[in-house]
Amino acid sequence: MALSMMESNNRLIYNDAGQGPVQHQFSPYTDNGGSIVAIGGPGFAIIASDTRLTSGFAIYTREQGKLHSLTNAAVLGASGCWCDVLSLTRLIQARMKLYKHEHQKDMSAAALAQMLSTMLYGRRFFPYYVSNVIAGLDEEGNGVVYSYDPVGHCDKNMYHAGGSSGALLQPLLDSQIGLKNMAIKPTAPLTVEKALQITKDVFTSAAERDIKCGDGVIIRIITKDGIREETFKLRFD
Amino acid sequence: MNSEGGVRSFDSFATSLPKGERRNPITHTQAPVTTGTSIIAFEYDGGILMAADMLGSYGSLARYRSVPRLLKVNDKTVIGCMGDYADFQYLQAIIEQMEVDEACKDDGFQTTARSLHSWLTRVLYNKRCKFDPLWTTFVVAGLDQDKPFLGFVDKLGTAYTDPIITTGYASMLATPLIRKAVEDKLKDKNEKLTLAEARKVIEDSLTLMYYRDARASNKYQIAIIPSNGEASIIEEPKTLLGDWSVAHLIK
Amino acid sequence: MSSSALVPQVPSGGFNFSNYQRNVSLCASGFPAPKTTKTGTTIVGCIFGSREDIGVCLGADTRATSGNIVADKNCEKIHRIAERIYCCGAGTAADTEFTTKKIESQLELLKLNLGREVPVVVANRLIKQLLFRHQGHISAALVLGGVDNNGAHIYCIYPHGSTDRLPYATMGSGSLAAMSVFEGGWKDNMTEAEATKLVRDAIAAGITNDLGSGSNVDINIIRKNLPKPVIMRNMEIIGVKGERMGDYTYPKGTTKVLKTEVIPIKVEDEVVERMDTDQD
Repeated sequence: MALSMMESNNRLIYNDAGQGPVQHQFSPYTDNGGSIVAIGGPGFAIIASDTRLTSGFAIYTREQGKLHSLTNAAVLGASGCWCDVLSLTRLIQARMKLYKHEHQKDMSAAALAQMLSTMLYGRRFFPYYVSNVIAGLDEEGNGVVYSYDPVGHCDKNMYHAGGSSGALLQPLLDSQIGLKNMAIKPTAPLTVEKALQITKDVFTSAAERDIKCGDGVIIRIITKDGIREETFKLRFD
Repeated sequence: MNSEGGVRSFDSFATSLPKGERRNPITHTQAPVTTGTSIIAFEYDGGILMAADMLGSYGSLARYRSVPRLLKVNDKTVIGCMGDYADFQYLQAIIEQMEVDEACKDDGFQTTARSLHSWLTRVLYNKRCKFDPLWTTFVVAGLDQDKPFLGFVDKLGTAYTDPIITTGYASMLATPLIRKAVEDKLKDKNEKLTLAEARKVIEDSLTLMYYRDARASNKYQIAIIPSNGEASIIEEPKTLLGDWSVAHLIK
Repeated sequence: MSSSALVPQVPSGGFNFSNYQRNVSLCASGFPAPKTTKTGTTIVGCIFGSREDIGVCLGADTRATSGNIVADKNCEKIHRIAERIYCCGAGTAADTEFTTKKIESQLELLKLNLGREVPVVVANRLIKQLLFRHQGHISAALVLGGVDNNGAHIYCIYPHGSTDRLPYATMGSGSLAAMSVFEGGWKDNMTEAEATKLVRDAIAAGITNDLGSGSNVDINIIRKNLPKPVIMRNMEIIGVKGERMGDYTYPKGTTKVLKTEVIPIKVEDEVVERMDTDQD
């Protein structure tokens, strides 16, 4: 096929531009896995990621957390194409510094959420291949979760699961946190303890069935008193 | 090349299509030409050990049999490169010039492994974004505030740090061996590998690569980056023999 | 075909490719073929002992995958071919299963016809001929191992039908991880315990380092001086299932009842049909 020409509609079409027996086709994207879960509640927000970084069927490292603390009231979880994650998070850090010097205060969770959306859309035609979730506290000190698609669509929710196990975990959160389709619902408001337990349990479940999820979990709990970190072990096979 | 940006033999094709449908046969997308294979590096109790064989492959041809793929950047930093050898030499020239400039300042500062790793991340990521990648994977080893630093960067700008880093086929063949050696020592004695043990593991890994990687050779170099303040060294090339006693059992 | 008048029509057998063109066009218009279950897999086999005390040790992990999802956490990848011939399979789960089943039945018939134990070479030859006939469309990568009067044998069989007779072999996505253990640890004339330890380590290397492999270690040992193999299913659990902290049972009544309707079963006629159990 290398130098073959195909005749179609009486016009010669060269059939070999960039295909045929080319050994390497450069792709700027890769999938390094990683899963993020975030839950917001009254007076708190928690966000967690697994710690496995993969490439194909290989494990790059077993201890790469995917959480990036932005301010005292917001943490970003980002996974997907790891080189884009690194670039995007550094750019966010730089933009946050500019904001701080200009306005003499930290960016609010809502401002960060809007900025991230704008930054992602800025690369509409060469997107950051990243699954982003921001967990933070709003003006009243209650938890909020912002989730994104790779080109900047932003959703404000109370909970979200993203990354490689996103499709596996979102229905679980819909049931356990969203309490969807239930005739009898628990009436008590969501507590940190309950949210933490669900976060750990959904990661345990994801590690059972998603080959890219495993090794460990890093959890950050955001309250008005600051950010607390917890770790948790997962199966490593 | 002509002004349309086409390669000569494709000219008639490029212009025979109506405007808007013209396909440009030139892309920045390239393939590696002369290549080096895996890099192996990991921490031991007194620093970092890194190794690479010295073969420059030209496709499946074992073309250059004594090319160094480890580069001593300064007393505290060594890098290793897998992939296109020309791209490595291009960056080598730039890095060496940066070191000269840094030395000329004579301000007591030095490029650290962490800063070089970060710099490579940006260079490679920016080239990827231009669809004109440097077809290389780097392993950066060195000291950062007297602590061992071991980092990985590939042609996309994917970067991470870990006590064990291998690239290419070594990530499938040598990593299991090294991880087991490190974990067993930690489990048995709660200690890291000694230099002698680490050297044994790295030589076993290189032997394995020589047996099973068709782009590997038996001539290799080892770099030692000690964490006690002594200068890092790249040892003279050595040759391993391997054990072929199993050969007579294969009929 | 007009030639059918001259040449007797031979039933074609094998796969039916009549939908090939349709499937290609469906793929092109955005309906890709369904995903098959792959075994991902680390499988290995090695020879130990010598002369009358010779034997083979086969090992496998137990993870089956469908893309990035674990389809089965504890599947069996060591298949029986004959009493003292077993075969580890990697690749498309259905292909390894059906290939080994087909050969198992062929060998059994052969054994009954010949009236003696069939040697391992025969199993190897039958499998490679089947795979070559199908030109790699049967995605089965196998490690065949067994003992017969000639000794102990390990064969490595590739999907296109090429085979290798080796003292130790590995296959599947974890084959490189497993091979790293064999290259460093395999010796001629090992004891059964040494061979079992080596195979366990090889599979464990696959399970921990390769994402396509996981869960447990299965080991089979077949010895020349033993009539039956030793089958150690799940001899070690490496990927231990995580423990959940919460209770996720829903209280009764959680699912809303929208409508209730009772349809009584009306008995119109009753017939008792007796089965003849008398075997004369």
